[in-house]
Amino acid sequence: MQRNAVLEMVAQTDPGKVRSGNEDAVWTSIACGSVILADGMGGYNAGEVASHMATSVMGAQLEKAFAKRAGITTKSAALSLTNAAIKVGIAEANRAIFSLSKTQEQYAGMGTTIVAGVFQRSFLTVAHVGDSRLYRWRGKQLQQMTTDHSWLEEQIALGSLTREQAHLSRNKNLVTRAVGVDAQVSPEINVHETADGDVYLFCSDGLNDMLSDSKIALILSKCSENLDLCCSQLIQSSIDQGGRDNVSVILVRVIATAASAAPANDRFFLNGWRRFSTWFKSCRFVKE
Amino acid sequence: MSKLILSIDGALLKEIPLTKERITIGRKPHNDIQIDNLAISGEHAVIITVQGDSFLEDLNSTNGTFVNGQPIKKHFLQSGEVITLGKYSLKYINDVVPSMKNDDFERTMIFRPGTAAIASMAAMSTPTPMQSQVRFTDADTRLDGYPGNGQLAGSAAAVKVESIPASASIGPLGFSDQKMPSLPLGAIQILSGNNAGKELELTKSLTTLGKPKIQVAVIARRPQGYFITHVEGDTFPIINGISVGAQAQPLKDYDVIELAGIKMTFFLKH
Repeated sequence: MQRNAVLEMVAQTDPGKVRSGNEDAVWTSIACGSVILADGMGGYNAGEVASHMATSVMGAQLEKAFAKRAGITTKSAALSLTNAAIKVGIAEANRAIFSLSKTQEQYAGMGTTIVAGVFQRSFLTVAHVGDSRLYRWRGKQLQQMTTDHSWLEEQIALGSLTREQAHLSRNKNLVTRAVGVDAQVSPEINVHETADGDVYLFCSDGLNDMLSDSKIALILSKCSENLDLCCSQLIQSSIDQGGRDNVSVILVRVIATAASAAPANDRFFLNGWRRFSTWFKSCRFVKE
Repeated sequence: MSKLILSIDGALLKEIPLTKERITIGRKPHNDIQIDNLAISGEHAVIITVQGDSFLEDLNSTNGTFVNGQPIKKHFLQSGEVITLGKYSLKYINDVVPSMKNDDFERTMIFRPGTAAIASMAAMSTPTPMQSQVRFTDADTRLDGYPGNGQLAGSAAAVKVESIPASASIGPLGFSDQKMPSLPLGAIQILSGNNAGKELELTKSLTTLGKPKIQVAVIARRPQGYFITHVEGDTFPIINGISVGAQAQPLKDYDVIELAGIKMTFFLKH
C-alpha cells in the first residue's frame, strides 16, 4: 500500500483460477496521484504485451505532466494540462501498440482496454476506453462512474435491451472501443469532484463479471477501513466465484482533498485578500 | 447454436438453425423463412442474431407478431419462447451452454458492425444445408449492408482470449452466488461481556465483529470454509490464546476468538 498526506492507494492483479497468463496490467504512482489499469486482448501473450505497453507508455506521460504541473497554480490550468497528458498518453500507447501489431505477426490484432485516474486537489480526472471500470464508494453508496464501451451498453442506450435483460445476454464480451486496434482511438474523459473519505475502485471486467454490485458494496462496507484487505478480499471473492478471468483492482482513498489540506498560508492569503477587499469596498474607493 | 422450430397446430414442420445474422420471415419467396399463407405479410418479421443473442422485430406486419401471446414490435428472445405468426408458431431454442472444452467461449472481442457474425461462425463447423419447405435464399441476404457471414473484417477482429469455462453453477444473472452445500453454516457465540450467551449465525459472505476504531475483524465465508482477518485497530485478533497477525486465519470448530476484549467461540452447525 502507498500512502501520503492526501491519498492512499493499493493495487493487485491475479490471473484467476482458469487462465494461465495474466493479460491485465496495473500502474500506480502516489507521487503523481495517478493510477492506470489495462486489460489486454490478443492471442498467445499479445494481450499481456498490449496492456503492459499501455500502462508504461501512459504512465511515463502522466509523470511528465506531473513534473510540469508543479509550477501551475490555477485549477483550470492544472486540469487542462492533465487532460492533455491523458489524451497524449492514450494516443501514444495506441500508436505504439498499433504499429507493433502491424509489424509483428504474433501481435496482430492485439489491443487493450484502459481506465486511468488522476487525482489533483479535489478533482479526479478519469479516462477510459473499453469495459474496464471505475466505481466510487461514498457514504456507503457504490456508484459506477464509467459507462462501458461495449455492445451491450450500446444496445441498452438504443433501447433494444433493458439493463435487467442485459444480464441474460450472451454478449458480455464485446467491446466497441479498445486501445491499439486502430490508427486512432477516442478515450472518454470526465472530471469528477472528490470528497474526503471517498474510495475509488478501478477494476478489470474479471471483477464485475464475477461479483454483482451489491457484493462489491458489501466488501467495501465491511473492509474499506483497511484498503489492503479490501483489495485482496475483492480479488479473492471473484476467484471464489469462479475466477474465470484475470482480475485486477486498484483502490484509492481520498484522505484529504487538496482543498481541505491546502497549505495554511494559501488560505491565509485568500482570507487576507478578502478582508482587504471588503475594507477597500467599505471605504468606497471602488464602485460595486 | 440457436434454432427455431416451426410448427402449425402442434404439428412440427421444420427446424431452422439461426446461422445468419439476419433471417427474414414472410410470405414472399425472397424471405429466408417463407411461410406461404395469407395471414402472413410479405415481409412479416426479422430475427437478428448477434453472437447468440437474438432479437425479433416485427416489420409492420398486417396481423402482427406475438411472443408468448403478447404482440411485440422488438423483442429480445429467450430460449423457450414461442413466436406466433397467424396460425404458425416458431419456438426459439438457444441451448448454447458455456462449455468447458471450448476455450474461446466468452473471449472479449472488438465489436464493429459487420464483424458480429465472426465468433458465432467460428463456433460453427459447416453451414447446415437447408431443406425443401423452408427456403433459404442466400442471394438476398446482404441487402442489409452487412458483409457476408464468412468474411472476417481483417484487423477489426481483435480478440481477447478469455477462456471462460463456466461451471454449471453460474446462474442466469452471471453472478453465481454459489451455494456451498458442502460447507456447514458457521456461527459465533459470545462468551464474555454484556452480550454473553448471544449467538450470531454467519450467513453472509462477510461479517464484521468488534468495535469500530478500536478493533475490528472480518469473518469471510468461502467455499473452503470460514476465515478471520484483522481489519482495523492496533491489536490483532487472538485465536485460542495466540495472536494471529494481519493474515487471514482459517477457523475451526470451537476455536475461541478474542476481539476488543470480548471472548467468543466459533462453531459449525451440523
